[in-house]
Amino acid sequence: MSDNSGKAFGIVVTFCAMFLFWLLLSGYIITPEGKLDVLHVGAGLICSLIVALISHDLLVTGKEGKILSKSFRFFIYLWWELWQIILANFDVTYRVLHPKMPIDPLIIEFETPLRSDFALVTLANSITLTPGTITINVDPAKGKFQVHAIAQAPADALTVDKTMQSKVAKVFMEEG
Amino acid sequence: MVELIVVIVTILLAAGVFFMLSGAIGLLRLPDFYTRLHATGKCDTLGEVLIIFGLLLYHIFVYSPGAELSVQLVPVKLLFLICFIFLANPTATHAIMKAAYNTGVKPWKKGDPRM
Repeated sequence: MSDNSGKAFGIVVTFCAMFLFWLLLSGYIITPEGKLDVLHVGAGLICSLIVALISHDLLVTGKEGKILSKSFRFFIYLWWELWQIILANFDVTYRVLHPKMPIDPLIIEFETPLRSDFALVTLANSITLTPGTITINVDPAKGKFQVHAIAQAPADALTVDKTMQSKVAKVFMEEG
Repeated sequence: MVELIVVIVTILLAAGVFFMLSGAIGLLRLPDFYTRLHATGKCDTLGEVLIIFGLLLYHIFVYSPGAELSVQLVPVKLLFLICFIFLANPTATHAIMKAAYNTGVKPWKKGDPRM
């Protein structure tokens, strides 16, 4: 793909996304008489075009390849993540409401082979949302994570089992 | 049908309130800054999402049938809200955590007095 056609592709994708967003959020598509609401839809067209021209390089960076298969795997990963979030909440609730509060906080560090921005953000947010761990620091150059864990068991899940790292790595195809 | 939806919505709202409440209790009971963030960061996310999801179901099945299009599109906005909460909440928790760590807030160890 040449540079110019890539730019046009970015503008078209951004325009479509922005216009869809406009239609969904405004809801004024058809007037009560059943005609097309020209004023509101037209304003949406103009605004999305301006936004697409100015900021197309933010949404479509051109760095990520194989977007479709990645989004598909990411979608599957989301369901696992959702289940982990529910587990995390029961875990925190148990620790908080238990009369003796079974907590033993510690800070751990580990390195991952992940490098791309999106993979690092996904892993960092997943760590924060899953049982007993919160990301403190991420070093994108080395893929190094600093994590605060509320007890020994959730820390081991990250440093010993590494279930989450391998799942995220699989989604973004960055194994090893 | 509507009664069943109302029961499900009530359960969702109650669960959301329960998690928000345990987050608040955690904020009061846990010993230091970092562990308090564990309680608020996780419980608030799921609590808010459960409440919004309950409102979404109520809007689709009980409130909006027969209404005009702009009213029927409200669940879409709520869905966007859920996505943004899932993105923004852990990011904000991480940002607060990082700021505290970089300015040298000491983490609590087992056996220390409460801070």
